Amino acid sequence: MTAADTTTAAGTGGGTGPAVTVEQMDVTYKVRGQDRLALRDISFQIGRNESYGLVGESGSGKSTVALALTRYLPRNGRVSAGSIRINGIDPLALGNTSLRELRARTVSMVYQEPGRALNPSIKVGRQIAEVYEIAGLDRKSALERSEAMLRKVQISDPGRVMERYPHQLSGGMAQRAVIAMALAAEPSLLILDEPTTALDVTVEAEVLDLVAALRDEFDTSVLFISHNLAVIAKMCDRVGVLYAGELIEEGVAREVFDQPRHPYTVGLLRCIPRRGQRKDNGRLDTIPGFLPPPGHSLTGCIFAARCPIAEERCRTAAPPAFAISPTRSSRCYLHEQTPDLPRNTPVNVELVSHRDAATAIVRVQGLSKTFDSRGEAVKALVGVDLSIERGETLGLVGESGSGKTTLARALLGLIAPDEGSIVELDSRPLEADARRRPREQLKALQIVFQNPDSALNRRHTVRRLISRPIARLAGLSGARLRERLADLVTSVRLEERHLALRPSQLSGGLKQRVAIARAFAGGPRIVVCDEPTSALDVSVQAAILNLLVDLQAKEQVTYLFISHDLGLVRYLSDRIAVLYLGRVMELGPAETVFAGPHHPYTEALLSAVPSLDGLHTERIRLSGEIPSAADPPSGCVFHTRCPRRLPTGICESTEPPLLEVAPGHLMSCHIPLDELRTLQDTGQAP
Amino acid sequence: MATYLLRRLGLAVITLWLLSMIVFFAGQVLPGDPGRAILGPLAAQSSVRVLDQQLGVDRPLVTQYWSWVSGLVHGNMGQSYEFRSPVEPFIHAALLNSVKLAALAFIVVVPLGILGGVIAALNVGRPIDRVISITGLSATTVSEVVSGVIIIVIFGVELKWFPVSASAGTGASDLSQLDHLILPAIPLVLVLFGYIARMARAGTIEALESDYARTATLKGLKRSVVIRRHILRNSLLPTITVIATQTGYLFGGLVIVETLFNYQGIGKLIYTAASGKDFPMLEAGVLTIGIVYMVATLIADVLYTLLNPRLRLGSTG
Repeated sequence: MTAADTTTAAGTGGGTGPAVTVEQMDVTYKVRGQDRLALRDISFQIGRNESYGLVGESGSGKSTVALALTRYLPRNGRVSAGSIRINGIDPLALGNTSLRELRARTVSMVYQEPGRALNPSIKVGRQIAEVYEIAGLDRKSALERSEAMLRKVQISDPGRVMERYPHQLSGGMAQRAVIAMALAAEPSLLILDEPTTALDVTVEAEVLDLVAALRDEFDTSVLFISHNLAVIAKMCDRVGVLYAGELIEEGVAREVFDQPRHPYTVGLLRCIPRRGQRKDNGRLDTIPGFLPPPGHSLTGCIFAARCPIAEERCRTAAPPAFAISPTRSSRCYLHEQTPDLPRNTPVNVELVSHRDAATAIVRVQGLSKTFDSRGEAVKALVGVDLSIERGETLGLVGESGSGKTTLARALLGLIAPDEGSIVELDSRPLEADARRRPREQLKALQIVFQNPDSALNRRHTVRRLISRPIARLAGLSGARLRERLADLVTSVRLEERHLALRPSQLSGGLKQRVAIARAFAGGPRIVVCDEPTSALDVSVQAAILNLLVDLQAKEQVTYLFISHDLGLVRYLSDRIAVLYLGRVMELGPAETVFAGPHHPYTEALLSAVPSLDGLHTERIRLSGEIPSAADPPSGCVFHTRCPRRLPTGICESTEPPLLEVAPGHLMSCHIPLDELRTLQDTGQAP
Repeated sequence: MATYLLRRLGLAVITLWLLSMIVFFAGQVLPGDPGRAILGPLAAQSSVRVLDQQLGVDRPLVTQYWSWVSGLVHGNMGQSYEFRSPVEPFIHAALLNSVKLAALAFIVVVPLGILGGVIAALNVGRPIDRVISITGLSATTVSEVVSGVIIIVIFGVELKWFPVSASAGTGASDLSQLDHLILPAIPLVLVLFGYIARMARAGTIEALESDYARTATLKGLKRSVVIRRHILRNSLLPTITVIATQTGYLFGGLVIVETLFNYQGIGKLIYTAASGKDFPMLEAGVLTIGIVYMVATLIADVLYTLLNPRLRLGSTG
């Protein structure tokens, strides 16, 4: 095929064959002179207007697939075997001009960080217009078309957004702009690589709805790459599960998630808390072991080392892709046994709860925090009243900007609350500045951060990292220190050999275990867990959550658990506080809050979360984004986005008090509880 | 933006004041006294003392500093010990000469350095990258004394392509002056090339690996357009700062180069003043370099801010 031929082929882009065909593709990276196989024997097809999901944990090679399709592999990477066809065209065989043509017209891509995908020094409008200019439009009509495209991605004021620089847009807004840019060329294939991972759930829901709608409108095939199984379940017709560079299972998304036929998929699904599953009735399963190192030369099944049912043949010969049905395949000899796969951790564990609802260990009253930002008063917390009961897990949820982290930092004494705020530990006031807290108070409150990389001093060994707080906070030394160290190390399931290592030599999960051991070293009463698993893979997350549950029972601690993942919060929490713009919107026992009737904001958060079961409650959507805390709305701060706002105008004028609507269940809403129940039970969307 | 500029100016004034203190007191600590230096080792102690008194150097240090600084504020940079006349005309003439030399070096090295860095970045790991990086690094590490001498020997003495002395003499045409300046500019170019190329290379590599570069490429833009429109502006921002700080370095480097090529610039002036213990001249010279440095940095910061929308417009708007 000559360059001219391919150009016309790329240009027409039509045809009736599949949008994408990948056959037996290997991708190799050359690292220090050695070839490392990053993808092995990948085959899949994406039909016209089909949405195909690729799911996998970090290191599975899912982004490499996208890079190979767009021929954007780094210089040391290449497709070393197999073939790719996009609209019947082989991108690997194209010359420069035809490759540009293919990228300009046929394939578009959206990736994780919208802020970084846009050029920081060019106005958003110009960046979108570029796409039309490539297609041959003059500058003026290109800008007009861009504005129209921004309207299509539901940006209400496209003219203003066009004139902005990327850093002036919120994450959700920037991702819409990127999607607009990607769809501007009306591509036949849209690749989305973790497009909503960096966004809030409410924004994620909107972006996903948008993608689904636009996909129909533009008649585009979609390759959707994500680590989030629920997002894939919601967005995709078919799904492929990637593990260590191999496509180990494939099929119709609903079937794969309901009846997984590969032990890895089974394990992965068991790592995620399902609706109704709680720490005391259904322990999460884990996947022991680690991903094989990149460039491994394993004979046999790549998952055999971690598989509970692996047999001799699994270790000696790699299994082919077995066709289970015309639409399903699994690379497992034992795919028939997967429904009865033994668990790695027993489902029922006796948990001794030390919960004592009568005693408040921490009491917060009228807690406010005002930050000064360029002369503007930003109210991050406004009169928060709540107490944390002894031995419980209080879940803290809300979008970013709701004040979750500020609340945690105020408790820990990392920021000083405003005058008049009351923060008490055991009915005694807590010193506002951690540096002036007596040792007892310092010891009592500890934190586990989201990112263990930045929380652990990378120059210290694990032994030093854990020993220091034991010595400093618990005041132990010598044999008693060693005893406590050994006890902690066992509790967080680290091994003796890890003690001599430094953080950089540990995986993310192990690092987080060290961070947890460090937090527990001084024998704390309350541990603040600020998104402790959101930087971790699903299978690692499950192990960390189980660990937190066990430690709570063993060490009799109280948790303040902050997470954007409502599924996790529901699984782990005894009570839940929902924050919005620095105010408590709802507070109550976890099951009550989740079962409803809920505050309209809680309802919106819940309906934004995609579920693996495919069971969707009637969904309400929040429009717009969280308002600025520097200029909060009048009345009920949620009224500007509330889908259930009352027509009487009371929501705009009067801030509702936080009232006890049922025993232990507090809510800040003008709508009476019974009315909310009726609205939400009948599934009546506003 | 205005507050930022004011703050920067305030800082510059404080820095200059500190510099004046350091220069003044360090200058006085230099061994020997001015009267003796001027009159020579054979002069009588009594005449040295009389001269010291005339010059005012027998007064307490603080008094001397105060009269010097108050003079500065009124635009009087002091009297040269050696020439017994105001230092301004000397500084003025020398600065003008130095600016000519520095400007020539600058005009050559900035585009060359950026070009070299960008070319290296576009060919990371390939031979051309290695050549540029290693050449730049080697040139940077060789001192002007060494490269200057080598250049004089090769181009001035052996090949006789260019005049060895930098001064064309009074009344020479601009072109002939330029001819005289080429040789002394080369050591400066050599030293700076490596720095600028390295910054430009690093910035360009970072931009090439960025997500927005990928976005631009996957839009189907030509590589040249991607580089011109999307890479360069972002990649050269940090380079601007480096270039500005190197301006200061350039003036420092002038001391050696100007002495070597016998060029009446500010570096030579400072050198002569220091060896002749002509403190007012020395202090005025160093202070002048300080001001040049400060102004260059200020310009760089303003440019950086103007070119970077994130700084220009703030995070919300």
